[in-house]
Amino acid sequence: MIERELTFRIMRYNPDEPEKKPHLQEFHLTEEPGMSLFVVLNKLREEQDPTLRFDFVCRASICGSCGMLVNGRPTLACKTLTKDLPDVTTLLPLPVFKLLGDLSVDTGVWFRDMSFRTESWVHTDETFDPDAPEKRMDNAVALEIYEAERCIECGCCIGGCATANIKPDFIGAAGVNRVARFMVDPRDKRTEREYFEVVGNEDGVFGCIGLMACDDNCPVGVPLRDQLAYVRRKMASAGWRYQKV
Amino acid sequence: MSRYDSFVTDVLVIGAGLAGERAAVEAATQGLNVILLSLVPPRRSHSSAAQGGMQAALGNSAMGKGDSPDVHFADTVKGSDWGCDQDVARLFVETAPIAVREMAHWGVPWTRVTKDEHVYDGKVIHEDPANAGLITARNFGGTAKWRTCYTSDGAGHTLLYTLDSMVLRLGITVHDRVEALSLIHDSERCYGAVARCLRTGELRVYTAKTTVIATGGYGRLYGASTNAIINEGSGLSLALDTGVVPLGNMEAVQFHPTGLVPSWILITEGARGDGGYLLDKNLHRFMPDYEPAKKELASRDVVSRRIMQHIRAGYGVESPYGDHVWLDIRHLGAEHINTNLREIATICKNFRGIDPVKDLIPVRPTQHYGMGGVRTNIDGQAYGLKNLFALGEAACWDLHGFNRLGGNSLAETVVAGKIIGEQIAKFTAEASLDVKSSLVEEHLQRQMDRVTRLRESRDGTEYVYDLRREMEQILSHHVGIFRSEDSLQDAVNQLSDLHERAQRLGLRGGGHGGDPELDAALRLPGMIRVAYCIAKGALARKESRGSHFREDFPHRDDANWLNRTLAYWPEGADEPELRYEPVKITESPPGDRGYGEATRGPDSAKP
Repeated sequence: MIERELTFRIMRYNPDEPEKKPHLQEFHLTEEPGMSLFVVLNKLREEQDPTLRFDFVCRASICGSCGMLVNGRPTLACKTLTKDLPDVTTLLPLPVFKLLGDLSVDTGVWFRDMSFRTESWVHTDETFDPDAPEKRMDNAVALEIYEAERCIECGCCIGGCATANIKPDFIGAAGVNRVARFMVDPRDKRTEREYFEVVGNEDGVFGCIGLMACDDNCPVGVPLRDQLAYVRRKMASAGWRYQKV
Repeated sequence: MSRYDSFVTDVLVIGAGLAGERAAVEAATQGLNVILLSLVPPRRSHSSAAQGGMQAALGNSAMGKGDSPDVHFADTVKGSDWGCDQDVARLFVETAPIAVREMAHWGVPWTRVTKDEHVYDGKVIHEDPANAGLITARNFGGTAKWRTCYTSDGAGHTLLYTLDSMVLRLGITVHDRVEALSLIHDSERCYGAVARCLRTGELRVYTAKTTVIATGGYGRLYGASTNAIINEGSGLSLALDTGVVPLGNMEAVQFHPTGLVPSWILITEGARGDGGYLLDKNLHRFMPDYEPAKKELASRDVVSRRIMQHIRAGYGVESPYGDHVWLDIRHLGAEHINTNLREIATICKNFRGIDPVKDLIPVRPTQHYGMGGVRTNIDGQAYGLKNLFALGEAACWDLHGFNRLGGNSLAETVVAGKIIGEQIAKFTAEASLDVKSSLVEEHLQRQMDRVTRLRESRDGTEYVYDLRREMEQILSHHVGIFRSEDSLQDAVNQLSDLHERAQRLGLRGGGHGGDPELDAALRLPGMIRVAYCIAKGALARKESRGSHFREDFPHRDDANWLNRTLAYWPEGADEPELRYEPVKITESPPGDRGYGEATRGPDSAKP
């Protein structure tokens, strides 16, 4: 195999030095077998510019830390292999989220806010009895909950969403999917009407204009289109009944 | 003294993975103010990566029938090679079933018993229809019963998301992207921590009645580790640097049998638990030759050694990244792999370009877990310093002794969180916060000076990433699965030299704001001290026990070494000081594990 010389054009911006405008900096390095953007970015930091900022935690597409735009498309850097990239690659931070520096964005704060707004916890009055066996649950229901719970909060669905890019309060596919996770959970005692108050509005499920980039971009394959349809259907019928009351 | 942000709370928990959050939830439920500090947003903690599950003796599944805390206790003590504290193990196994059910109550979608028949290792398993809908379990290494509760392929993920939902619900304060740099203490008592905001680089002071270390493991001290890159043992060096708090059993390092070559991402034990085989270069299933009883599911230390032994005998598959063996799960079928082991399929595809439904997976033993950590008593109180607690992988509670069973780590996080969280609440309710501002400022000033000296390269120009790589290589080469006197002595000498050079770090960049080079430079000297404790402890322990295997002392030596290592780093010292304490044996006297070299010697197998 002929070794490729790779070029990376990486957005640089340090909020501590606002006089330096955001700009693209060019880096070069030689491709290695099995190389991922995790390897590339660490090499660049350790060997070329120790001030380069980016986020990785698990480097195994589990934790959701390393979402960024790779040649314009939101994805996880850790699972992006250089063999699938052209000779010149542009790396930009995910839009929508607050920029902390270079490729590092504050997805954590965004998701925490979304979790508060959607009240992402099981709502129940039942208290835990340490002496009782667990409540039974059909395994099919457990799997259905898990299917929505699999979201890793990487923000790729948000960064690639046209609505989220123009409406800062839109909860996006991640938010709608989060609501679906609790709707299918029999342990959560919220009524449709209560869910309606949380997401039955323009910043919630009715803000989606159906472009579905989220479904294409989700790096862990959460079925976002189905989840959007499910919540939208439930909320539309709840809204209909709600109006009539 | 320049201005700085200051926070006061009842309980300061450093680390927001499962252990830290579970303890925080317990303390907050009992009415205390809690602040959680985390290097990353809590849901990105390494707890989320645990794919396999947590052990708890529910006995709902057909293959778990007849299970009880007593059986779980026996497995855990045996697994630890009689190195664990048996009072702790007893408390743990009794609480684990309650902790699992409590997590179900809070929202974890545990996989449940179904009425479907399934086939395991050629045998058809019929579940008891009366148990349908109860929490089920899968098989894991070193256990007499199927006891590992799980959520498809994402047990850690769902546990962490559920626990974090409780943190949200209780309104517990979380400061993410914050790193604790030192504990504020007067050698008698702990008063909180000096920390650095990783967004802005600013230093902060947190004062608290009770401080809790729950920072997880130190896997990244080894170059090749299954761990997330944030697992750098920061809580261990916080404690060690007080000079008065010891680290327990640091030489007990677990190597997981199946790290994916060459990214070293973990392939969960669930793969072997669900029926996967290990094959050599001739595609021969070799584990039954060495371990006829437990085969692929002997304890991790044993399986890792057997793999390396087989590779040394010339049966490894050659590769540019060193010799490896194969993990074969093809016979489990596409449906099973793509549901219960989906994470494995995804990892294989993303990071190696293979499909385990039809391809073999290249694996090799890889650093995975530290049994050692901040030594505490059964209530989680650290030795040597009042008002300081520790739990989870960061602690040496000591549930695991010299080898942890798969599924007991995730279980420890929530079980210890529940038990120790309660002790923290009880302790804090009686405690007062009485700290001298001069003490706080002295500790803050020390960290400010470190930052300034690094930025101005006043002490030298050693480059943090060069030294770091050397540290990783020393541990990987000399303090691995097979250990011996000369090699360990080399490691100690090299680490001594490296520690001295680490006092002369200087930055190449400016070190302004949330600068990653400064983060690394502030962290590295403490990491090297922790590495030093591992190497020195391993050199001193002249026996083999659990994961600590000395080729020059291949047998367990209960007469001389049935004890726990305590490593101190006295203030101003240039190396750790080792002391020892007895191991508490209550119910189970040391015996034969029924697997491993004691039963069948290292040379017994004829592959």
